[in-house]
Amino acid sequence: MRKRSIAFIILGVIFLLFPLVIHSGYYQHLVIIALMWVVIGSSWNLLAGYTGLVSFGHAIFFGTGAYTAGVFVTKLGISAWWGMMFGGIVSMVIGLAVGWICLRLRGPYFALATLAGGEIFRLIAINWEGLTEGMVGILIIQTFRSKIPYYYIALALAFLCVYVIYSLMKTKWGYYFLSIREDQDAAESLGINTTLYRNVSLLISAFFTGMAGAFYMNYMAFIDPEVVYSLHYISIMAILVGIVGGVATIFGPAVGAFVMVGVQEIFRSAFFGVAPKWISQAHALVFGLLVIFVIVFLANGIVGDWSKIKRTVFRIRESA
Amino acid sequence: MAILEVKNLTKSFGGLKAVNNVSFRVEEGEIFGLIGPNGSGKTTIFNCINNYFPITAGDIVFKGRTIKGLKTYKVCHLGIGRTFQVVKPLSRMTVLENITASAFCRVNSIREAQDEAFQVLEFCGLLKERGKLARSLPIGGRKRLEIARALATKPELLLLDETAAGLNPTELDDAIELIKGIRDKGITVLIVEHIMKVIMTISDRIHAINFGQTIAEGTPHEVANNPAVIEAYLGEGYAQG
Repeated sequence: MRKRSIAFIILGVIFLLFPLVIHSGYYQHLVIIALMWVVIGSSWNLLAGYTGLVSFGHAIFFGTGAYTAGVFVTKLGISAWWGMMFGGIVSMVIGLAVGWICLRLRGPYFALATLAGGEIFRLIAINWEGLTEGMVGILIIQTFRSKIPYYYIALALAFLCVYVIYSLMKTKWGYYFLSIREDQDAAESLGINTTLYRNVSLLISAFFTGMAGAFYMNYMAFIDPEVVYSLHYISIMAILVGIVGGVATIFGPAVGAFVMVGVQEIFRSAFFGVAPKWISQAHALVFGLLVIFVIVFLANGIVGDWSKIKRTVFRIRESA
Repeated sequence: MAILEVKNLTKSFGGLKAVNNVSFRVEEGEIFGLIGPNGSGKTTIFNCINNYFPITAGDIVFKGRTIKGLKTYKVCHLGIGRTFQVVKPLSRMTVLENITASAFCRVNSIREAQDEAFQVLEFCGLLKERGKLARSLPIGGRKRLEIARALATKPELLLLDETAAGLNPTELDDAIELIKGIRDKGITVLIVEHIMKVIMTISDRIHAINFGQTIAEGTPHEVANNPAVIEAYLGEGYAQG
């Protein structure tokens, strides 16, 4: 236990000092994006990993958060930073509607409904040009020229999200989420209002994902429907972050976020320009291979199977 | 006073009347047995009581108040706990977590819920298994877990659905002791059971049904000697016996 808290303190110091030590905007950018994915992955994990409601449509909440912040600027002339809070709240409202429709369904049917929901929102954002500017997208002016403020905001958001979920899982709600995941009928007969708590889980998840979306708007200063409502780049990525890191573990999605953002960047940049260009086009293929690898060898993800990884590494070292 | 009254309960699935005009009263503090051959509607009655299915006609009165149409979780909050014939352990949670989750029915803080869970675990003889995952328990343990989980919701009436099925003779005796212990705590028990040894030794009164209809009610001795019951279980030829 003590070893663990020391590890956390060291990790905390590294994260706090990172942008002060590493001045490269490129690496700062990567870590900011990874921290944003920590938020999305952890939120997805709360709903899918802990409550058993596998969402294929987290882009709904991410995109809605991003567009809330964007529309605040273009239509209302209010700073996009207000969108950070309201992005979360608007996503929750959307979450209520999504829950009202999709939570009648269980298991794979819920997943399919959210998949369809994500596409619906993408198409709405493309076609409702009066509000969203359609495919032109929304462009705002960044508040800060330095990446450091964004870094600390992302760090705070990631910490808040992980900490809230961590605390939540030790309370009545956490136990209820797990019970619902394991057996909805049994949970109901144990006095658990499953409809209510499934919605609660969805709303919390939607809130944090919406905040991440609003952060993205502020940070990138440009969004369009094909990015923030993207099935591939957001919804599926959220699932991959969860699966690779470890579903139903507190730190799984956090680890998954850094691994996935790292892998994505390595391939996008074709091994930082060393490898031939065509490699960068194969990044979806590599994602697929990575997922297959994780499912076959690390079914519980990097964090869930950490002891297994340690054992294997240890054995290799011994035999060498 | 009757703690539970089932009045003219009818449940149809399409054209099939799974339960047809069944009435009985469960008195406070007794062990009330519900027997009948396979498919006679026993579990359906349970599912109607805690409104897992909406009932077609009739009424269900708990402590003088109708609970017809109340949501399943609300029925539990009112004080009716149940177990499932096909056990539904929360597999990837430990035994302690299973019980703690259901203890939250009455308390809000994790400490209170765990205290309650420990008491229930001790009562049910599961204390040693508390750290194990529910799915790693053998069937006897899972049946116990079902009972423990229902008890943790602090019910006044406990519906036990074939908790003795699949147990070996030793486990069977333990189960009988456990059910008697539950009654001695002041919890009324309504039990569905196939194993005659269990139902005959523990029930104060028994209600027998076949094809969804009442065929007999009375003490275990009366019911066991009722020709209609013998016919339902063994066939017409034995009824005169």
